[in-house]
Amino acid sequence: MAEILRVEHLQKYFPVPDGMLHAVDDVSFTIHAGKTLGVVGESGCGKSTMGRAILRLHEPTGGKVFFQGRDVLALSAQEMKELRREMQIIFQDPFASLNPRMTVSEAIAAPLIVQKLYNRRDKEGINKRVREIMDMAGLAQRLINTYPHELDGGRRQRIGIARALALNPKFVVCDEPVSALDVSIQAQILNLMQDLQDELDLTYLFITHDLSVVKYISNDILVMYLGQMVEKAPAEKLFEKPMHPYTQALLSAIPVPDPDRPMSRITMKGEITSPVNPEKGCRFAKRCPHATAACTQQDMKLTEQEPGHFVTCLRLQRGEL
Amino acid sequence: MSEFLLEVKDLSIIYATEDGVVQALTHANVTLRQGETLGLVGETGAGKTTLARGIMRLIPDPPGKIVSGQILFDGTDLLRLPAKEMRKYRGRQISMIFQDPMTSLNPVMTVGDQIREVIMTHHPEMSRQDTKKHAENMMEMVGITSTRYGDYPHQFSGGMKQRVVIAIALAGEPRLLIADEPTTALDVTIQAQVLEMIHALKRKSNTAMLLITHDLGVVAQNCDSVAIIYAGEIVEYGTLRQVYKNVLHPYTEGLFGSVPSLEANAQRLAAIEGMMPDPTALPKGCKFVDRCKYATDRCRTESPRLLEMEDGHKARCFRYEDREVKRHG
Repeated sequence: MAEILRVEHLQKYFPVPDGMLHAVDDVSFTIHAGKTLGVVGESGCGKSTMGRAILRLHEPTGGKVFFQGRDVLALSAQEMKELRREMQIIFQDPFASLNPRMTVSEAIAAPLIVQKLYNRRDKEGINKRVREIMDMAGLAQRLINTYPHELDGGRRQRIGIARALALNPKFVVCDEPVSALDVSIQAQILNLMQDLQDELDLTYLFITHDLSVVKYISNDILVMYLGQMVEKAPAEKLFEKPMHPYTQALLSAIPVPDPDRPMSRITMKGEITSPVNPEKGCRFAKRCPHATAACTQQDMKLTEQEPGHFVTCLRLQRGEL
Repeated sequence: MSEFLLEVKDLSIIYATEDGVVQALTHANVTLRQGETLGLVGETGAGKTTLARGIMRLIPDPPGKIVSGQILFDGTDLLRLPAKEMRKYRGRQISMIFQDPMTSLNPVMTVGDQIREVIMTHHPEMSRQDTKKHAENMMEMVGITSTRYGDYPHQFSGGMKQRVVIAIALAGEPRLLIADEPTTALDVTIQAQVLEMIHALKRKSNTAMLLITHDLGVVAQNCDSVAIIYAGEIVEYGTLRQVYKNVLHPYTEGLFGSVPSLEANAQRLAAIEGMMPDPTALPKGCKFVDRCKYATDRCRTESPRLLEMEDGHKARCFRYEDREVKRHG
């Protein structure tokens, strides 16, 4: 199967008054065409920053991104603009990511005009395409001239999806697309996104903090903690046999909707530490029940513990866990 | 004395807005015993928070109005109390944890003083030193070192702020705690810590709790009984086991189908089609009729009652009429 995206040692640092904030530190992975890579982690772990860095919405500090073999970070602004037809993003908050003064049709037509797929004066052509896209995203035609404030969260998120898909992209970063929605609407949108993936052969990078959503939608899952990747595995494998102590603790914290299955939670001490000027070694060590002195003395490496199952944990790598 | 600490009877609340009258809560009945936890589950706009605020008598009026019903707390109807009497209940007998820890704290007051304020209000006889000591104890109890007494909310993380909010809610040693989505704004590992803490504190003083959430997992792990609420009406009500093991109402069924399972490898979610009806123009019959796969003509014209099954499990749906127990008197 064809590899569509390859990310190598991606870094994104932000200068802050206290030093350097390591939002994304040394993340590497590949995604194959038509597949979904889920990225999970808690707030502040750098998952959204990573998604944006891949699209150069944040300019990466270091590392490489290859899209269909092309070095994305080496492209000029003009070339990048053209590439954006292929790479799109669906944003988290359907209340903040739409221009309140644009109608549904204007919002969906904007990318078509910006990318010069249609001439601004070609009203008829644009209208036809907008209606097609609305159909695809499950938006009723009668909503074509409404404004975002007249619509509920689910419909707004459908506009966000429609906008992202208007240009026929191959790869879409989905940044928490269902987190702001109620469960019954969330299920509708997840089903829609899956249908569209099958129909249009899309590749998703699906960012979320919701572990049951990520399991449902992903082929592979990457777990992040404080800017670093800690584990990557096929979705079923990760849930069957989580290896990294952080992943284990994270999975054990999900409340299961079954009264006969009481939680056996792995207790983590304390809270996420600061990613500003982080110390050497494993960033989870301070909360990890298995941490030893060695865990904070050297930088972690990603190793393949089992076929397709990658982990950054020193003690696992040494066979101590 | 009644066996229930809290008995909400036939409570209806409306909001009179410019666009029309919103039926926020229609004839709601819930009961809570000492030490019991009731989960109130529903989606945005279902009326969960309205019920909670109604119990506290914190419905903003106008536009809100409690049009009918009784709220019996330990036998006293809170709706008949004069405002001054009601104030003695809030914080002391009944307190509330609000959803968003980021906005429910005063940004220009130290967290210690915010906890102490509750203690001073309800214990005017205590000396200044004692109230401070008590506030420090409360902080330690929720897992914050008392050396942070003089810190301001912005110096705390989300999970820590929610602990402060919980300390404030528990400082008056209430007999009923209303927690309105207490962990929705928190990460899952922090959520687990906070829920565990609420659970332990609650057990220690045998506090009753009304836990409002949209997370079926949180309910399963924390509640004794469950009420499912849709468009202002309680549509299903029973013990945790009854509701989870024997789903009756089609809406509850839809909710369970909408949550991706961690065990099964479902290929597609059984989503509920459509969306919640406009609260200013609710359907004439069953409120769920437009989204229900079992709907019949009768459902469009006639509103079902909350039917009680033999084991006390209740559902608002015509499909269970033949299983209803007839009560005498």
